[in-house]
Amino acid sequence: MAVLEEEFTLSSVVLSTGPEGLLGMKQSDKTDQFLVTDSGRTVILYKVSDQKPLGSWSVKQGQIVTCPAACNFQTGEYIVVHNNKILRIWNNEDVNLDKVFKATLSVEVCRILSVQGSEPLVLFKEGVRGLEASLADPQQKIEAVISDEVIKWTKFFIVFRHPVLIFITEKHGNHFAYVQMFNSRILTKYTLLVGQDKNSFIESFTALVDQKFISLTSLSSDGCIYETLMPIRPTDPEKNQSLVRSLLLKAVVSDFKRVTTRDQWSTLVLWGKCVYATWRISVIPYNCEVSSLAGAHGKLKHSQDPGTHVVPHFVNWETPQGCGLGSQNSEQSRRILRRRKIEVSLQPEVSPSKQLLSTIMKDSEKHTEVEVWKFLALKQTPDFHTVTGDTVTGLLERCKAEPSFYPRSCLMHLIQVHVLSYSLCRDLMEIALKKKDVQLLQLCLQQFPDIPESVTCACLKIFLRIGDDSIQETDVSMESVFDYSNSVHDEKMEEQTGILQNGFNPEEDKYSNCDQELNKKPQDKTKETISCSVIPKRAALLNAILHSAYSETFLLPHLKNIPAQHITLFLKCLCFLYLKCSENATMTLPGIHPPTLNQIMDWICLLLDANFTVVVMMPEAKRPLINLYKLVKSQISVYSKLNKIEVSFWELQKLNQEKNNRGLYSIEVLELF
Amino acid sequence: MGEFKVHRVRFFNYVPSGIRCVAYNNQSNRLAVSRTDGTVEIYNLSANYFQEKFFPGHESRATEALCWAEGQRLFSAGLNGEIMEYDLQALNIKYAMDAFGGPIWSMAASPSGSQLLVGCEDGSVKLFQITPDKIQFERNFDRQKSRILSLSWHPSGTHIAAGSIDYISVFDVKSGSAVHKMIVDRQYMGVSKRKCIVWGVAFLSDGTIISVDSAGKVQFWDSATGTLVKSHLIANADVQSIAVADQEDSFVVGTAEGTVFHFQLVPVTSNSSEKQWVRTKPFQHHTHDVRTVAHSPTALISGGTDTHLVFRPLMEKVQVKNYDAALRKITFPHRCLISCSKKRQLLLFQFAHHLELWRLGSTVATGKNGDTLPLSKNADHLLHLKTKGPENIICSCISPCGSWIAYSTVSRFFLYRLNYEHDNISLKRVSKMPAFLRSALQILFSEDSTKLFVASNQGALHIVQLSGGSFKHLHAFQPQSGTVEAMCLLAVSPDGNWLAASGTSAGVHVYNVKQQKLHCTVPAYNFPVTAMAIAPNTNNLVITHSDQQVFEYSIPDKQYTDWSRTVQKQGFHHLWLQRDTPISHISFHPKRPMHILLHDAYMFCIIDKSLPLPNDKTLLYNPFPPTNESDVVRRRTAHAFRISKIYKPLLFMDLLVERTLVAVERPLNDIIGQVPPPIKEKKFGT
Repeated sequence: MAVLEEEFTLSSVVLSTGPEGLLGMKQSDKTDQFLVTDSGRTVILYKVSDQKPLGSWSVKQGQIVTCPAACNFQTGEYIVVHNNKILRIWNNEDVNLDKVFKATLSVEVCRILSVQGSEPLVLFKEGVRGLEASLADPQQKIEAVISDEVIKWTKFFIVFRHPVLIFITEKHGNHFAYVQMFNSRILTKYTLLVGQDKNSFIESFTALVDQKFISLTSLSSDGCIYETLMPIRPTDPEKNQSLVRSLLLKAVVSDFKRVTTRDQWSTLVLWGKCVYATWRISVIPYNCEVSSLAGAHGKLKHSQDPGTHVVPHFVNWETPQGCGLGSQNSEQSRRILRRRKIEVSLQPEVSPSKQLLSTIMKDSEKHTEVEVWKFLALKQTPDFHTVTGDTVTGLLERCKAEPSFYPRSCLMHLIQVHVLSYSLCRDLMEIALKKKDVQLLQLCLQQFPDIPESVTCACLKIFLRIGDDSIQETDVSMESVFDYSNSVHDEKMEEQTGILQNGFNPEEDKYSNCDQELNKKPQDKTKETISCSVIPKRAALLNAILHSAYSETFLLPHLKNIPAQHITLFLKCLCFLYLKCSENATMTLPGIHPPTLNQIMDWICLLLDANFTVVVMMPEAKRPLINLYKLVKSQISVYSKLNKIEVSFWELQKLNQEKNNRGLYSIEVLELF
Repeated sequence: MGEFKVHRVRFFNYVPSGIRCVAYNNQSNRLAVSRTDGTVEIYNLSANYFQEKFFPGHESRATEALCWAEGQRLFSAGLNGEIMEYDLQALNIKYAMDAFGGPIWSMAASPSGSQLLVGCEDGSVKLFQITPDKIQFERNFDRQKSRILSLSWHPSGTHIAAGSIDYISVFDVKSGSAVHKMIVDRQYMGVSKRKCIVWGVAFLSDGTIISVDSAGKVQFWDSATGTLVKSHLIANADVQSIAVADQEDSFVVGTAEGTVFHFQLVPVTSNSSEKQWVRTKPFQHHTHDVRTVAHSPTALISGGTDTHLVFRPLMEKVQVKNYDAALRKITFPHRCLISCSKKRQLLLFQFAHHLELWRLGSTVATGKNGDTLPLSKNADHLLHLKTKGPENIICSCISPCGSWIAYSTVSRFFLYRLNYEHDNISLKRVSKMPAFLRSALQILFSEDSTKLFVASNQGALHIVQLSGGSFKHLHAFQPQSGTVEAMCLLAVSPDGNWLAASGTSAGVHVYNVKQQKLHCTVPAYNFPVTAMAIAPNTNNLVITHSDQQVFEYSIPDKQYTDWSRTVQKQGFHHLWLQRDTPISHISFHPKRPMHILLHDAYMFCIIDKSLPLPNDKTLLYNPFPPTNESDVVRRRTAHAFRISKIYKPLLFMDLLVERTLVAVERPLNDIIGQVPPPIKEKKFGT
């Protein structure tokens, strides 16, 4: 369960909140800090950039928080309501919520609303009051403005420096909008008239303030997005007015749960199960897993080519509309278009690709391949992205349906056109994993920017498990691997000097037990370290893993499931790469696109973190572990030596300065020539 | 001849005062410079930028403005509210006159040179008429609200511009009333500053007024309409000074960040007659505030808190690309502030308001070239003698025996007798100085310390007999009739028979001390004398001039020596003539009559008259030590000049005893370390 807000995602996994999930999240008075209220008893102050909680407060066992905590921006205090009527106010210094200010109100509180630059509001089930007014007399009677309507959604704005509250209520499937102006104390009620479809219900609202209007955007359960315009200054506040809503957008996918807006008129964000879509000049669907998003914030994939980071464009939103929206991307034109309420059909027209799609669904593998080739050769069609997406989906559907159908080369080519991502065709890797198609998996790992850690790990498992014979048959890309077999002789020489360069000389250091052990059979050891334990093709596959993006938190649990002997194999391979890396001064590996030293080091650490207790028990892992230990130790000594040298240089410099600055008086010998 | 033990002294803690104003005189090509301690110096730019005259400072006199008027008359005004005129012949202050307007912040002479305008603290602008021997108050202009910080005349003399706080006023000279008032924007980098001080204004003949202010702006105003025409934001700190070229085609401004900007009037496009002011070149020769700038026809001149006076020649105005086209930075005075007692190995340092007496250390060790020898005794600070009163010391001297110290301020002459008893030193002032010894420009003791020679500012030379604790006035050489020229340099022969005296304008007189009469006058030379000394035994007078020429004149023979004639015939090496700083001290080697020891701020030289002179093709100075014995021999016999540039800036060098020298250095870093930090210091990342 995740709560989605406009600029960030917080996962309940990270927050380790209660089983009921989250109740709400509000901005605190400091940017980057948010008050997260879970549905149970706890309020957490969370710092997003650090991804860690700064404070946590709980109500007593048996009590329950009923409305999300909010921040009073004027005082910096936090406000929460538990058990519907009990209001608590505290600040950062307070430890126990039991001991802080408490007020018991007469009416049940629906929401605490707070906005920068204004006093917080207490929204009761039937009316609204300022916080100060509520606290002045907690037991006061709140006159009912709303009668047996249920408040569905609220928004608190500042318009022309005056606070404005909008809330939407529902009664028997009818929605009413209330606009409360606090400067004039006018409350206007509007009835929202539903458009065509009576069967759908409204999932979510969002609102934006323009010069004269409040634009209320609503997302209905059938995926339609409607817009309703409400005047900021009501013409006749006493009268109950009706507002018509107009269809703005109709989405193909209908699992959106929320809609939010950002930056006046420019962006509309649709939030689904784990999908969000950004509406700018065209709609860009962006599929994201929580973990991938974290991955994007954490360890970024080692960028190969900035050009390949194209946001996948699966559905071509503007094409059916046919009015070249993309070309007139000025703000003005967008506004006009939106004002005209052009209905945007999200069903892509398939006329140019109908043929292809039907071919995919029925014809033989060979024929399909020819058709896809033809299509890819054309490339420049306006609906290229759409058709590519549809083709892949079609192919994968058929693959699932008939296990014998596996148009491998088609898929390979489609992946290489750079328009697909993992989230757009998640079945692809699933099927490839099932078929143990390591070549396709390698390609996916290289091309997709958003592979979740679980899938990366599944790939790793297959790469380690698959037999050498079957790897030899495949045609994996070898560009990340440098073939050492051709330069065995050179390598031995390099190995020796390389180790010395890093200050690693086991013969000299005789203080630890493992050294003695090592010294017994130095010949043996050299042999072991210089030979890579895997064949080059497997190394190429593993390099693809090393290059992939991941977030440690999400990767670690999956790494624990790899069998011990595979861990050892991978570890040996990584140690080999590390040694190779440290052989030269630039600390890089030869080859076209080799893994970097940092990537290697990170994976060694990750592997050991995840499996240390297992690895340490394995006799065959002992050697690489000892080698690693020795390396770390020698590097520490090298750095300490370097520090000593630096200090000596400092001293020399100081002496030199003193020599030049001979003080105020001296007697010197001068000879004139 | 080559090997010496050198007492390398760096404890002369001298810090020049910051430069407050400069005024350039186009007629005489001279520059007047006033410093924050009230000292005024005159530099002769035609004579190799030699500082030929100076007027000692005064504690209560903070000079804020300096200007030339009526040809070559120099006026200054300051925060004591007085306008002063300097007597450039007698080197004293002619008169001081209170303007009765409170502290004076600005002063400007009219284009004709007959009127003087001062801007005062009380907001008044006062007009003075310059009469042949004085100035006379004429009238006040309309009084303004706040102090007048800058003034500029329109070249026609009909209008003036006055910069104040937050505004610039334009006055009609005839009526004395303000015609326009132009408000200066206080905005400073988008932030409104409390005040915007107009540090400088310049009125051009086309009616444009250029102003510089504390908000870092250079602004162009139309004086006819009183409107702002153009604004350049050039600094993050105050722009403190402006000077316009006579042709009005270029001007220079100085900022508190130490930067000097050059603006030029250039055509908008090539072949276009329309011209506009363009900021052409920035120069960063200063570390501190550039308080003042001047614009000579060929150079930009700037000075400020960091005490350097910088001449930046304008390459396009320099006809011949010779050494005159090089940048010049003058930091140290061209007169000697140090005297030395050879017998007791004492050094007397002269500061603005005190004297310091130091005894040099000693060593018994020997070494080879470049070695620093271990000290058996360190140098001692023996005496710190503070002057009484607010006046700066003009000159000072310690006798060769070390028993007498004499110094003089503008109004008083002091003579002290020193007694040494083991490590103790006692000081006794000789009281009851005669009235004629009121003020001295130069003091000198004879080699045997029995006679004192004093050059008074009335042009007379006094000879005083010293014996025991008393003194006796022997004689006074009166100046030749009709001249009031002050004598600035004195030299006495080691046998005490001859006294040479030189004035500010060329001409060295040699007097016979025993017979108490003028012996001869050395033929006049175009350039001022920078140093002179009389050689032992031969009584040859060696004179150096600011154009780097060295003459040797035989006093007994009353003619130049053969060597001097040879030198003049052959000419000096071109690198010798291109040196920046004048020779400030000459001494001799008693045992080696052929040697002359002289130094400037950047080199020390021994001229061996027995060796051939270098020509332009030979290497004058080889900075690399000789590599082998034959190299040493070859170089020793090469030419007459042996130069060392190890000690710099070298303020004083003298031969103490056989093979022992004393060199007083003053590293620039030590000075910068003692100057107050700049107002606006650029720091990384701020």
